[in-house]
Amino acid sequence: MLLNYILRRILWAIPFFFAVSLIAFALISAPPGDYLTTFAATLAQSGDMVDQARLDALRERYGLDQPFLIKYWRWISGVIQGDFGISFEWQQPVSQLIGERMALSVTLALATLIFTWAVALPIGIYSAVRKYSVGDYVITAVGFIGLATPNFLVALVLMYIAVVHFGADVSGLFSPEYQDAPWSWAKLADLASHIWIPVIILGTSATASLVRIMRANLLDELHKPYVTTARAKGLSEFHLIMKYPVRLALNPFVSTIGWAFPQLISGAVITAFVLSLPTAGPMLLQALLAQDMYLAGAFILLLCCLSIVGMLVSDILLALIDPRIRYR
Amino acid sequence: MEKAHMKASTNDETVLEVKNLSTAFATRAGSFRAVDDVSIELKAGKTLCVVGESGSGKSVMSRSILQIVDPPGRVIDGQILLHRHHTARGGATEETIDLAQLKPKSAAIRTIRGRDIAMIFQEPMSSLSPVHRIGDQIGEAIRLHEHVSKREARDRAVELLRKVEIPNPERTIDSYPFEYSGGMRQRAMIAMALACNPSILIADEPTTALDVTIQAEILALIRSLQESSDMAVLFITHDMGVVAEIADEIAVMRYGKVVERGDVYSIFETPQHPYTQRLLSSVRELDRPSERRIAMRASREIGAPCLVAQGVRKEFGSAHGFLGLKYRGFMAVDDVDLELRAGENLGVVGESGSGKTTLGRCLQRVHNVTSGKILYTDRHGATTDLAPLNDGELREPWRDIRTVFQDPFGSLNPRMTVGQIIAEPLVMNRLAKGNELKERIAELLDLVGLPSSAMERYPHAFSGGQRQRISIARAIAPNPRVIIADEATSALDVSIRTQILDLLLDIQERLDLSFILISHDIAVIRYFCDRIAVMYRGRIVETGETETVCKAPEHPYTRSLLSAVPVADPRRRGMTERFRYHEGQEEHLNS
Repeated sequence: MLLNYILRRILWAIPFFFAVSLIAFALISAPPGDYLTTFAATLAQSGDMVDQARLDALRERYGLDQPFLIKYWRWISGVIQGDFGISFEWQQPVSQLIGERMALSVTLALATLIFTWAVALPIGIYSAVRKYSVGDYVITAVGFIGLATPNFLVALVLMYIAVVHFGADVSGLFSPEYQDAPWSWAKLADLASHIWIPVIILGTSATASLVRIMRANLLDELHKPYVTTARAKGLSEFHLIMKYPVRLALNPFVSTIGWAFPQLISGAVITAFVLSLPTAGPMLLQALLAQDMYLAGAFILLLCCLSIVGMLVSDILLALIDPRIRYR
Repeated sequence: MEKAHMKASTNDETVLEVKNLSTAFATRAGSFRAVDDVSIELKAGKTLCVVGESGSGKSVMSRSILQIVDPPGRVIDGQILLHRHHTARGGATEETIDLAQLKPKSAAIRTIRGRDIAMIFQEPMSSLSPVHRIGDQIGEAIRLHEHVSKREARDRAVELLRKVEIPNPERTIDSYPFEYSGGMRQRAMIAMALACNPSILIADEPTTALDVTIQAEILALIRSLQESSDMAVLFITHDMGVVAEIADEIAVMRYGKVVERGDVYSIFETPQHPYTQRLLSSVRELDRPSERRIAMRASREIGAPCLVAQGVRKEFGSAHGFLGLKYRGFMAVDDVDLELRAGENLGVVGESGSGKTTLGRCLQRVHNVTSGKILYTDRHGATTDLAPLNDGELREPWRDIRTVFQDPFGSLNPRMTVGQIIAEPLVMNRLAKGNELKERIAELLDLVGLPSSAMERYPHAFSGGQRQRISIARAIAPNPRVIIADEATSALDVSIRTQILDLLLDIQERLDLSFILISHDIAVIRYFCDRIAVMYRGRIVETGETETVCKAPEHPYTRSLLSAVPVADPRRRGMTERFRYHEGQEEHLNS
């Protein structure tokens, strides 16, 4: 039953992927003009004359004059073989350009997600079980502040404190000596020592909202009859809460993975700028501004894929923790 | 079926004594005593029934014994003495524990819960965790109190499930609660309670959510388990029929106090307290036709059919699914012919899942029908088939055919005032506005026996019975001709049930209405309905005059249904022979 469900969900993801890629491609080709128009404009600004014949030749070479569906077809068939095309601006294959950045983005998002869960879950449970206690009020107050503060502001404040009071530079994900160094254990350790600041910054608002979600979910479950049944069996209060209501309250909690994951990546753009993180966000913005179609397309497509994967993971987890979902 | 006096009573000793128990809830307006100075005694091998209507504190009282009252509720006074030396578990030396002295979260009370005193609850679906396997939940109860391996706990759980007559326990032990039927869930719940051979079983309305035929089986099961283990049972119920069936002793509760205590015969035959007398008379009144209705029928003839169903079918969930898989639908209503005549009360009776609610919704055309005709004759005598109409064309018929729902709490929008709720059908149909609307609402409220000041208030300020009156006012607002009352009295206490039914009869006389009353409760139908249709698995198996069907049922299913209804008379306990009905061979061939 479970296998059947997972298989069905995975199969469904395939047509979904194509639909999403079509939309992604439509989005990046939506602005008027193309890379060459922007290119010509930049050249003209610096005083260079642009040869129209050369532009037309380039346009033909890159296939920019083709109709939409043909352009899409060329692009998507390349993508399936792992070829995301060539970035106009960098004159390099897109996959080379974004590989490491995307990996860092995903690492950062995963770390943030784990941080968020690890903090939000126990705090949410505490907050619900000790409803209207001093602890609950403090958590609620801090939570609302966390929710209301934009990430980049937290980043600025933290950077200010770190520089002024501790004399440390907290921007970036690596120390200068490891910036361009090849991957090694030392570089990984360096990453680990730098990553926690952006993790905290990016995780604050998500943690705050998850605490609220967990608290509300658990409050709904705490007074259900099955809790009384378990209590009447003689189960201790701690075991009881962890085994029954928390298990059920996790249900909506798990479904947040689906949207939390892509949101962490795309929502981190401003913070990534502020902290000058070498992640995907800043490059995506630049690619969009320059109408660097293939580069931007690859980013958007990967973000969409992450959403699909996030949804898939959360659906499968849901089916694992709640047997009722496995049946239609 | 054994009678009460045949019950083996090896010892008649008191195992649990509740003395002057008070449980209070702290509220903003001060402390409210839900249980007020209650004293009861439980004897080994005997059943004490605590009877009372909703809000009488009977449930809180039973939970106080195990100290599992939800906060802010707290036991504030009294003693709960467990005489362990009188139970099978206790030794020869005297050992009495006062449960009221133990802290609700202490280990001391936890060792009593589930081991000495076990409890079963009303709603078997929500009282079992939906995401844990049945075997896991039973095994947990065993492993909590006894040091046994997982394997051994599982074997014992299988044994327990077999004891409560769950089919194929080796296989079904790994099912989840939602894969069990309501009756099976309650059996599993009982198995869980019996896991550690408790000396006392507290059953809080264990059969209220079940169909009568399943209720009869569960009651028989509890009785036979009690006989084999000499367990004391504290049975909480509001149903006098159930009390008459199983009680040895009775305590009647009202407003948190025990108003009367005694053995089953003296309470039923010579009730002393006026409340007990009233409770019994409202039960007895319900079990026969309303005199009011009989009188009304004599003065006003029943007219021509106004709502006729011909061969109505409703299939749910048939679809072409993913990868070409075909899902076979579920036939909720199967080839039903039914007619409602003008000025008549038609009862549709059946167990849960028999399709009676679906039929009601098809008749109103809230559901689409898969096939068949629904012929509605309007007040001008024109007949239309409602089945093929779309929402726009149904506007007129929907004004004429209205519904009163079961749940008086769920069917009123908590964020609308009563005035807004009743006004809605009038505003929707542009029947009134401004002052005229206000006057009409006041008139409707008056008609259902509520003051016009109710208009400004929100539903939460009203009791269950009053809310049902609001629902009725909403239903009759646009001057309808047919009202479909779907279990309209099931959520109400017995004494209020007759009031609401009388109100409906009153409205019928004044407004010239026809009713379809959908119910699982034969007594209610007998009181209110002229004709009855018995539904079983989507089909109508028998129709006829209510009294004829109730006295001389023809279909074997009707016989089995009637035989399962508990009679509120302890002298007739076990006198009615119970039939079990399973769909016969030939009917299988037809389907």
